Amino acid sequence: MKKEEILYKYEKRKDNVLYILHEFQDLNPYNYVTDDDMQLIADYIGIPYSKVYGTASFYSMISEKPRGKHIIRLCDSPPCHLMGSIDILDVIKEELKIEVGETTPDMIFTLEKTACLGVCGVAPVMMIDDEVYGNLTPKKVRKILTEYKEGTK
Amino acid sequence: MSVVTKYVLFGIDDNTLQAGARRVEEEFKRELKNAGLDDEIKVVETGSMGIIQKGVVILVEPDDIYYTEVTIDDVKEIVNEHLLKGRPVQRLKFDGKVDKSVVSFRESAQEIKKQNRVVLSNSGVIDPENIEEYIAVNGYEALAKAVTEKKPEDIVEEIKESGLRGRGGAGFPTGLKWSFTAPLDKKPKYLVCNADEGEPGTFKDRLIMEGDPHKLIEGMAIAAYAIGAEKGYIYIRGEYKLSIERTEKAIEDARKYGILGENIFGSGFDFDIEIKIGAGAYVCGEETALLNSLEGGRGNPRVKPPFPGQVGLWDQPTVVNNVETLANVPSIILNGHDWYREMGTEDSKGTKVYTILGHVNNPGLIEVEMGTTLRDIIYKYAGGVKGNFKCALVGGAAGAFIGKEMLDVKMDYDHLGKYKAVLGSGAILVMNQTACIVDMLKNTLAFFKHESCGKCTPCRIGNVHLYNMLDDITKAKGKEEYINNMLTLAESMQQSSLCALGQSAYLVIESATRYFEDEILEHIERKVCPQNVCEMK
Repeated sequence: MKKEEILYKYEKRKDNVLYILHEFQDLNPYNYVTDDDMQLIADYIGIPYSKVYGTASFYSMISEKPRGKHIIRLCDSPPCHLMGSIDILDVIKEELKIEVGETTPDMIFTLEKTACLGVCGVAPVMMIDDEVYGNLTPKKVRKILTEYKEGTK
Repeated sequence: MSVVTKYVLFGIDDNTLQAGARRVEEEFKRELKNAGLDDEIKVVETGSMGIIQKGVVILVEPDDIYYTEVTIDDVKEIVNEHLLKGRPVQRLKFDGKVDKSVVSFRESAQEIKKQNRVVLSNSGVIDPENIEEYIAVNGYEALAKAVTEKKPEDIVEEIKESGLRGRGGAGFPTGLKWSFTAPLDKKPKYLVCNADEGEPGTFKDRLIMEGDPHKLIEGMAIAAYAIGAEKGYIYIRGEYKLSIERTEKAIEDARKYGILGENIFGSGFDFDIEIKIGAGAYVCGEETALLNSLEGGRGNPRVKPPFPGQVGLWDQPTVVNNVETLANVPSIILNGHDWYREMGTEDSKGTKVYTILGHVNNPGLIEVEMGTTLRDIIYKYAGGVKGNFKCALVGGAAGAFIGKEMLDVKMDYDHLGKYKAVLGSGAILVMNQTACIVDMLKNTLAFFKHESCGKCTPCRIGNVHLYNMLDDITKAKGKEEYINNMLTLAESMQQSSLCALGQSAYLVIESATRYFEDEILEHIERKVCPQNVCEMK
């Protein structure tokens, strides 16, 4: 009953909703929160399901749909765009054969665009899970993706 | 007991970590031990040194020698040659390795020292994870002075007199903001630090938290004392893992030393801080949206008035200040407002931290006096432009383009305001002749379109229309009336949107069309992208 354990860590206050959502999502092998999760949180805190769903759907770091094992977040805000992030995006799309917002059929990768990650000193930048990769070139991206595919990362 | 003769400082930030700073550091310690130097030479982790995109950066003190792009293989050489024999390794020195702009880099190295640092005075100098090092450089002295010698209203007055203005973007006078909340009897009151740094190209707050988190905590404690708050929150964006880690540790250490908690310095003043973590929403940088997010809901902005100063977090009086603003506070209290007012221009006092990026030789972070011109920032501190200067996007996405004509305008709130530009968060994105203005504009609007929270109509629908027009232009489907349509639409969004997000599109579009109308018309009339960036089909 791991989910209950998570719930009991938190006081029954609305400002804990986002934290519980984060923890439930991390627990899920497909990196998302289910309807049942949201209902569970709503019942625990004592607020309507719609409030929990409203919070979950607002933030880009929380997903209500299943996602891949690894989440690729490519930055395309102006500093990265200027340094060629679109070329990097094209390489990722080509390598994984998915569009932004999609997940590979084997459920390994989900491709997302992200707002500025604040590491613009090494633009263009992407984040895979918690790891930041900078100074990207098409060659470097292919190598990184291969490492993830082969499971060495 | 041994005497420490030299320090090897490691600049630790996301950039250097990624370049393997920790592995190099371990190797360094190992080699020092092998050489029998581990007693007299101390390895210290510190925040960013302001040299970015140059791999692992270290500084040997007191020799004052920076090494950049240091790898594990170089460690032995530095230890043997420099530390043991006293012969610095020339090939790795900061001013020696750059291919074509050696001169500008040497100047830059000196300029780093010339920077007038207030906010970043300790960043890159002390170990941010060691509270004693902060205390050793007069840390928490300002707080002690404030709570034991001064009344809260004196502090508010001191900050008012200093002329400090909010560094989050809007530039509202900080002392004035505090003075609305300080006299209120309603309890509890809250102090919230806005560390949801999301403006594209901005990472100054991250480097302050990574490099000197105690300064932020001290600034917050003083602010809380001034306004009568007993509880503070730092809202940090979820992506900033290292900032969260270091600030968390700093708070714990401050509690252990009795600097946070009950009866601080025996004054009877109680204050504690809690970190709250964001989940990826640009709009939460807007103060009322941030408060909604802190309460656990959607980060939609609120209608103002009432302002948070009266009705804020859980409807209680709340002051929301940016990280950089609060990091200015301890120095002002310690040195007095006269000292602070000596820096800067008539209406904008003190210093400003800029992140400078894009087509420059030496991208990075600098802190200079308010009023320093864009030309000085680019050519003196950032090593000049790669190629020819075309324009700079100043203030992030919510900023404005600045053309060649304005290189010598003093950078402060009022001077830039006169030219329909803003200082904003202090991000400077420099572009050379290869950048296409329509492409950059479209990218900025794509950002606004994505980040609009959807609560108010002008922003939600306006940004989509602006983006669509720009998208048409890049696909050779642009019409002549688009330029005027965009301006009219953006202007009405500026007047009618609920928060700064919807109001921001106007400046960036207006400045782009003012400087580069010809280039946009090329796209529309001749269906050509002069820089060959846009698809045009």
